Order: sequence, then structure tokens, then C-alpha cells
Amino acid sequence: MDKFEPNIIGFVCNWCTYAGADLAGTSRYSYPTNIKLIRLMCSGRVDPEFILETFARGADGVFVGGCHIPSDCHYQQGNFKALKRITMLKKLIFEMGIEPERLEIFWISASEGKKFSEVMTSFTDKIRELGPNPIRE
Amino acid sequence: MAKSQIEKKELKNSSKIGVYVCHCGTNIAGSVDIKEIVNFSKNLQNVKIVREHMYLCSEQGQNIIKDDIAKEGIDRIVAACCSPRTHEEIFRKTLNSTNLNKYLYEQVNIRDQCSWPHFKDKENSTKKAKQLVKSGIYRASELEPLEDRKLSVLKSALVIGGGISGINAALDLARGGYKVYIVEKNPSIGGKMAQLDKTFPTNDCSACILAPMMVEVSNTPNIELLTYSEIEDVLGHIGKYRVTVRKKQTFVDWKKCNGCGECSIVCPVKVDNEFNCNMDKRKAIYTQFEQAIPMRAVVDKDKCVKCKLCVKKCQLGAIDLTENEDEFLEFEVGSIIVTTGYDLFDPNIKPEYDYEHPNVITSLELERMMCASGPTKGEILRPSDGRKPQTLSFVQCVGSRDEKTNDYCSRICCTYSIKHARLLKEKYPDMDIYMHYIDLRCFGKGYEEYYRMAREKGIKFIRGRISQVDSIADRLEVSGDDDTLGEQISVIADLVVLAVAMESSKDAKKLANILNISTDKTGFFKEIHPKLKPVGTDSDGIFIAGACQGPKEIPDAISQGKAAASAAASLMSKGEIEIEPLFAQIMEDYCAKCRTCESLCTYKAIKYNEDNKMEVDIALCKGCGVCGASCPSGAIKSNHFTSKQIRMQIMALTEAII
Repeated sequence: MDKFEPNIIGFVCNWCTYAGADLAGTSRYSYPTNIKLIRLMCSGRVDPEFILETFARGADGVFVGGCHIPSDCHYQQGNFKALKRITMLKKLIFEMGIEPERLEIFWISASEGKKFSEVMTSFTDKIRELGPNPIRE
Repeated sequence: MAKSQIEKKELKNSSKIGVYVCHCGTNIAGSVDIKEIVNFSKNLQNVKIVREHMYLCSEQGQNIIKDDIAKEGIDRIVAACCSPRTHEEIFRKTLNSTNLNKYLYEQVNIRDQCSWPHFKDKENSTKKAKQLVKSGIYRASELEPLEDRKLSVLKSALVIGGGISGINAALDLARGGYKVYIVEKNPSIGGKMAQLDKTFPTNDCSACILAPMMVEVSNTPNIELLTYSEIEDVLGHIGKYRVTVRKKQTFVDWKKCNGCGECSIVCPVKVDNEFNCNMDKRKAIYTQFEQAIPMRAVVDKDKCVKCKLCVKKCQLGAIDLTENEDEFLEFEVGSIIVTTGYDLFDPNIKPEYDYEHPNVITSLELERMMCASGPTKGEILRPSDGRKPQTLSFVQCVGSRDEKTNDYCSRICCTYSIKHARLLKEKYPDMDIYMHYIDLRCFGKGYEEYYRMAREKGIKFIRGRISQVDSIADRLEVSGDDDTLGEQISVIADLVVLAVAMESSKDAKKLANILNISTDKTGFFKEIHPKLKPVGTDSDGIFIAGACQGPKEIPDAISQGKAAASAAASLMSKGEIEIEPLFAQIMEDYCAKCRTCESLCTYKAIKYNEDNKMEVDIALCKGCGVCGASCPSGAIKSNHFTSKQIRMQIMALTEAII
């Protein structure tokens, strides 16, 4: 069997983290290919059901990327709403037998290309250590 | 789970998707196997055509898409290329010229988020690209046609900051017939340029260029000048921003004041004069400088002792020290241009340069000394003893190109230090002038020639960073490297001038939050793209220009001011614009009227109306989707980011790729 490579999906806002990921690319900061993004207008758009569904379908790691707390959100408060939901969801997935560490929320701005690549690298390493999503077994 | 029943996850079979994979020269093709992406996409459901192209955004590339829509009946377009943040608009415009709705387009970012960051690993990069393309194709199947929102645009603009860039932006707009408000925090417009003596590369006097522009500002009826004022709040959206300005209390009725200055003469309170870099004193009631526009007095609230000598002296009865409240003004504008300029690096952060020593000064302090209206009336004198210095050392890159402070180059310091050196050498031919530099970056038109002439005049250029400035008796020892000789050197100087960096303005972050625009990692305002939208910001209708965007010299600041004016004018000229219809829609059949959305909406765009229904005010809705994510019944559709569309992407990204 091949070495385990986690499938990681990020829900990111258009204004900060998606733009930060673009900047990582233009600056040629590399990060693992395990990371795949879904672009939304705001981290506040992330419905808890999206995250549960992503785990249910076998993703090994999920994260939400938004604008820095407290005041960077393009829509003023969407990032706070995302933070509340992730805090709640971490408890919920724990109850379901999924390690809460598989779910994270990151604040990465449009100017933090380097940070994007660093955060993605360490998150991937952590998920790799955790092994496959228990739901898949 | 009412929601899951609504949103079935089968692919719609009706769509005919055209997939277009761009090579972007070697940018994508260099680390993603395009052929493999093409073959993979062909086998996906609903895909009718797959094509590749060297540069999809070229006219030729766009024409291929147009032809396929007309001849092959393609009804969804997926382009796998660069970032939608930069190029989505180009493709949407192409679709607009066909009979296909422009929102039936999906862009997959396989360059900025795939081939570029993963350029070392073609195999996995190709694998990821396949997943991303699949995600785009799945999402495309669920895309729905949308109609743009039409918004009327007010033909008026706000310029924040009355420096050289803002003045030019305001004048260009006013000449074009637009109403312009200039908000400036200081008592006068003019900005940093007003503090300069001469400007490179022509050595013409700064005031001779600036003053006529300032006068034109005050004489233009279309321009409303709000100095000694700050932005308190900005609400609304492109086309109609509601601006609240705090007009700070001046204690002087500017309608009566004629700027005669009698009040300053009698005022007994002496205060450090910021305009002259605190090298001399001004009074507690003062006009900012001799060419100030408007030429009106203000009272320094914190320093005034309320002796009322000024009140008695003023024959016009313009001064009233009892009034104490700031005034608030409100008005509406169609667009905003931010030109708030920069601050200078604080040299105390680098104690090795001993800025505390009176004879270590910054370049702006030297500039004020060189100015005929400055604290020394144009004479160069050592602050410690008022004697003329015999040897002068310029230390370059103080706070620039320095990992400990700012990584970036401030761009202007090389040439302004050369300007200082040249002017001093012309005035005092016997003065010994040293310049310690890392690289000389005299990049502009005529700047290299300007530098060469400085060499010919006998200024000693020494390549190498300075490590220390020490005081030795009444002189200063400047020690560091001479890279050319490969030796340690030291120069004994009478006056040391630090070429301090340009930094983002201290208030930039606060203003960024009010306006909802971004700053970059250096704190300067961030443009959307350095080439595609160099003066555009994240908030449509708000533009940036001049040194608030990054260090730049006067000609560039003026060019950007004019560019921003042109961008604002092209937005306002039609009086109407079309904007993305990304607002929320209530699906009444599913709505239980729990009003959760109402309480969560930051913009108060959702209301419970008289017909007992939830209603979205699309003029207020910004399309963040917070309501859509929190509706327990799944009754809110976030246009173009619907739950169906997002769940198709989740499905695509969690399916194994073979």
C-alpha cells in the first residue's frame, strides 16, 4: 500500500485567504498538493453542514480560511460567525468519533502568501500524523 | 434534514459544458500535464467539448469560446487557467457578447493555486489540477443565469488626503465636472511635498510647483476643501457612499479669519513646530506654513492656555475660545480616492545610529534647514553649536532594505540624498560630503545622469553599510564597511544625515477598516493587482494613489493620483453601473419565519415585512452569505454560491481521482 496522503479541503473567503493562496503561488512558496480550496465570498458563508458533509464523504482534514479577527473581515463580522461555528463543530465531530484537530480555522490575509504556505504545510503534516479519517474505515 | 431533501446531489444532465485548459505559456504547462487534464475532463459527465490553448485570455482564445457557444451549443463554460480574482472579468465580458449568461462561467485556478506553488512536483500537481477541474465542472453543472444589479452612481467624489497625489486627483475630477470633497487632517493641504525645499531631478523649488496647484484647489468651485478634518465613518456602497467627517475644532471662524497672523504674534505659548520637524517653535494659535491653503489660523487645543490675548487682538472677531465641540458633516459621494501618504521611519528604532545626538539628523530635518523659510533660513548649521559643518556624512537605507526593520526599498532616498549632497556642494564647495550606500538605485528618467553629475562635483560615494555612529569630542565617528576596498572604514563627520525609510501612515489600518480595504504586510494599502488594477481596491468604487500604496517619488505619486481620478471618472461618467447580483434570495416555500437571518445580517438587509414574509433588500445586501449558512430550513439561496453549487464541489473533491 502507498504511503498515506491525506485529502484536505479548505473553505476560504475570496478577500483574504483565497487571495493569500494566490499570493503564495505568485511568490512560488510551495505547500503540499493535498490542499484543495473551495472559494466562497466570506468565511461566514460556511454552513456547518458543508463541513460535516466533507468529513462524511471521507476528507481527512478540513479548514476554513478567513480574514483576521477582529476587524479585517470584508463583510465586517463574517469571520466571527465562522469562528463560532468551527468552535461548535469541533465539539460535534469529537462526539462523532472524528478528532477535533482535523478541523481548523485559519486567519490568513491577502498579503500573507508565505504564511499560507507555512500553515498549509504544518496542517498537512498534522493530518498525515493523525492518519486517515476514521469514517473511511 | 429538510435541507438534504431539497438539494439532491445528482449532476444535472441538461448542461453541455465546454472545458478550456490554458497553458499560460509554460506557467501552467511547465508543471501540469495539460494533455492528461484534457483527456481526464473528456470523460466527465456533461462535458461536451474540451480544448486547450496557449493563452486562453488572448483574443484568439476568447474567440474559440465564442465559436463553441454559437456553433456547438455549449451552455456552461469552465476555464482552467489563472485566478478568478484577476481574470474572471475578461471571460465574463466575452460571454456577455454571446447569448450565454455571463454567470454560467466557472474559472478553475490551476496556475496561482496549482502549477505555481507545486512547480517542483509535476505528477502531484497534475493530480491536484484534475481534482480542481472536476470540482469546477461539477459546480458548473449547477450554475444559474443571473442578471446584474443596476445601481445609480453619484457624480461626486471624496479624496482623503490633500498631498500632491490627492490634489492632482481632485483637480482632474473637478476639471471633468465632478463635485469633489477633499478631507485633510492638517490645517492646510500640501502634504509632505510642502515641507520640501527642492525636488529632483530638476532641482526646481518644491513650492513653485506645488503652490499653484494648491491655489487652483482653493479657487475651483467644484472642490469643497475640508481641512483639519478626519474621516469618522463611511457607509454604503459603490455609487453611493455616505461619509461622516469630523471637522476638528479650530476655535477660529474661518469665514471671518483672513490669515493675517496677528494672533500668532501676541500668543505667549511656544510649541514645537511639527512642520519644521520640531527644530523651532510655533505658537498655540498658528497657520501651518507660509503658503498654507486655506490660509487660516487654528488653535492647538492641547496647548492653548486660554489667556485670550488672541481674542482681543483679532480685529475681525474671528476667535472664540469658548466653543469646544468638534463639528460633524455628512455628505454622499459616488467614489472615493485614498491618498493619505506616508510617515517617516523613526530612527530611534536603530540606536546604533545615535539619533539622540543633536548632530545626527534625518533627511527631512536637513530639507527643512535647506529651505529659505525653514528654521535656519536656509543655512546648514549643527544643531549642537550652530556652526557650519565641514564634513557631512549621509547614511543610506535607514529602515529600508533591512531585515530587522523594513525589507522593502523606499525608492526615493538614494536620489533625494544625492539632491541634498549636490545642493550643499554647490552652496559650500569646500564641504567634504560622504555618502554611504548599499546600492544606488537612481532608476527614474534622468536620475542616473543626476547621480553622475554628483560624482563629478566631488561627492565621495562609499559602498557599504554603516554599523555605528559614535560621538567623539564634538564630532561624530561614522564606522562601517567599504565593500569596494573590502575594509572597515570610519569617517569623522560634523553632521550625520540619516536617509530614513518611508513607512505606511500610522492611521492607515484604522482607515482601512473604515473603508473595508486591505493593507499589505508592510502596512501600505494593497492594490488588487499591480498591473491589472494598480489603483483599485477590494472595495469597488474606492481607489488608492500615491505613497499610501507604497513608497514612491513625486512624479509617480502624481501619475497615480491622475490614474485614480481617471478610474473614478470612468466609473461615475455614465451615472449608472452594473454590479454582481450576489445577493441572498428567500425561498418562501421553505421559510419558517424564525428570523434567525434577520438577527445575523450585519447590513440589516433582511427584514420581516408587512406581509409576514422575510424580505431581502438587495440594495443593502452585500452577498456575504452569512444568512445562507445559518438558515435552519435551507430557505436562503446565496446567489452564485448556492449550497447546491458548493456541495457539488465537495463531492468532486472527495471522490477518488484515478
